[in-house]
Amino acid sequence: MSKGVLVDLTKCVGCGSCTVACKLYNGNEWDDTTPTMGPDAKLNGKNWTVVQFHEVKDSNNQPVWRFVKQQCLHCKEPACASACFAKAFQKTEAGPVIYYPHLCVGCRYCMVACPFNIPKYEWEKAFPLVTKCMMCSGKVEKGEAPACVSVCPADVFKYGDRDALLQEAKDIIAKDSKYVKHIFGEEEVGGTEWIYISDIPFEQLGFKTNVTKRAMPSYTEAYMHATPFVGITWGVILTGLYHYTKRRNQISKENNKNFKA
Amino acid sequence: MASHAQEAQKWSFRITPIRVLLMLLSLVAIGVIVFRLVTGLGTVTNLSDEWPWGLWIGFDVLCGVALAGGGYGTALIVHVLHRDYFAPIARSAMLTSLIGYLLVMAGLFLDIGQWFNFWRPFVSWGHSSVLFEVFWCVSCYTTVQILEFGEIATERVGKKFHNIFKKALPVLMIVGIIFPTLHQSSLGGLYLLMVDKLYPLWWSPIIFLFFLISSFFVGPAMICVETTLAGKAYDHWIPIPILRKLVRISAYAMILYLILKIVDLTNRGVLGLAFSGTFEANWFLIEMIFGVIIPIIIAFSGFSNSRSGLLTFGLLVSLGVVLNRMNVVITGMIRSTGVSYIPSAGEFIVSAGLVAMGVLAYCFVVENFRILEHEDHGHAA
Repeated sequence: MSKGVLVDLTKCVGCGSCTVACKLYNGNEWDDTTPTMGPDAKLNGKNWTVVQFHEVKDSNNQPVWRFVKQQCLHCKEPACASACFAKAFQKTEAGPVIYYPHLCVGCRYCMVACPFNIPKYEWEKAFPLVTKCMMCSGKVEKGEAPACVSVCPADVFKYGDRDALLQEAKDIIAKDSKYVKHIFGEEEVGGTEWIYISDIPFEQLGFKTNVTKRAMPSYTEAYMHATPFVGITWGVILTGLYHYTKRRNQISKENNKNFKA
Repeated sequence: MASHAQEAQKWSFRITPIRVLLMLLSLVAIGVIVFRLVTGLGTVTNLSDEWPWGLWIGFDVLCGVALAGGGYGTALIVHVLHRDYFAPIARSAMLTSLIGYLLVMAGLFLDIGQWFNFWRPFVSWGHSSVLFEVFWCVSCYTTVQILEFGEIATERVGKKFHNIFKKALPVLMIVGIIFPTLHQSSLGGLYLLMVDKLYPLWWSPIIFLFFLISSFFVGPAMICVETTLAGKAYDHWIPIPILRKLVRISAYAMILYLILKIVDLTNRGVLGLAFSGTFEANWFLIEMIFGVIIPIIIAFSGFSNSRSGLLTFGLLVSLGVVLNRMNVVITGMIRSTGVSYIPSAGEFIVSAGLVAMGVLAYCFVVENFRILEHEDHGHAA
């Protein structure tokens, strides 16, 4: 049973304490030019989680503010892990998708492959590494909630078994008509450990809703499985052709000394 | 001229104004490369979190590998199918391919952030990754090509090993066809994961097949361009009928490509996008019309019976494949990234410098080894 987090966007007040907790727990630098909160908040090498502000219209057409915490969604079947050719990304049983810097070559295929554009790069460094939220995997292994979750004063997050959280999310949106009937992360790219519920349609809040429902690794699995067989079959065919055409040329040369292809 | 140098066993390298220019370009590029390796990617390139892959992956690697694909196609035709008719082009096509791959390796090496860690996938097997296949195949194939070149090299240096290389050649040839077949398609396979990012005119569940076929048909096109240049430089002309036959083989592959493309776009219901007048649609049409349709017409018309026709074919197809790869890496990704990407001056200088180094290496090898004059085929013009 993997662990997950249910995020109720209707409860977030945008205080940003989760982003502070993330910086403190992971020892990431502060940088005034790259805010972790507000309209310009952006994930980057130093910001593993940010809270974005969105001014939108609610169902009564009244302007409202919504705050969206972004971080790695920890896909059940992560594209980054299937894309990495050196196993620098690995999915754990408990749920987090972990990055191992010593295995990283720096090809950045993970960044191109991630459907949510989560992995970031330390562009300013001479020997940059990929960075992203790792769901405080050390805490999660011990059964504790990630740092950001544990400090929230507004009860935005629920941490627990992903399946139980999903059921809870279904109950909440079924009972309360203010919620949109969509749990983000339930089916997106085959499901993510972080799941979101909201009263504003997700596409208005900057979520990538037009993503496939298939697990990402399934797009390349068949291809990779076929490769060795294709290679061997091709080799056999080529060897056969090599001997066949060589012999054919010899015979035709013997039959006709002046033969030209 | 080359043969005289060979008999005298002296190394020759003519210095011409163009070569001086190429050398200068190479030197500047080496400067930028050293600076990049010491200070990181951010200082020299315009790459960003939105554009983790840019010109170096698009041009140096994807185009480089495709354009170097002439080697395996020719090896297949000459050494496996024993169509000796095409033998005059075999050595130069394979030399271009070898140099191409060495440049690709250089381009890849420059593009990776932890370059001292490049060997990691040899021990840490991320075998679910298509890139893993690309990495292994490109490394193995470059090794095989160097060994294949050993057969040519030992005609001049280390002659006592010549027979060993000659005996090993058929095996090397076959291995040297398997690897590129696999990784030419794998380079396209990399993009299978970009299902929601790459514009639907280029993303396809069979994108690997498109990459494979185009890498095959660009081979003869590159040979046409290369033999024209070599013809001018060394007064060595490959007979038109040989090139024309080769161009026809290429054109049949292009017809297959075109049909597959239309069937694939229709099946996915996105054929209409090609005529929607958008930025992507226009680039797609340019790629298909100038890179595929017009060359097919040239190949089957009388125009391909002339040197200028063959050169036009070669240029259109080669540029068409370059455009295709750049469309996949850049044009097709702009919409999903939300921002555009223009390579930095440093990126352009390095790419141009790598090409310059390749041209110089080609000239040096051609002037010192038996590449253009092979077997009993002498000068034809």
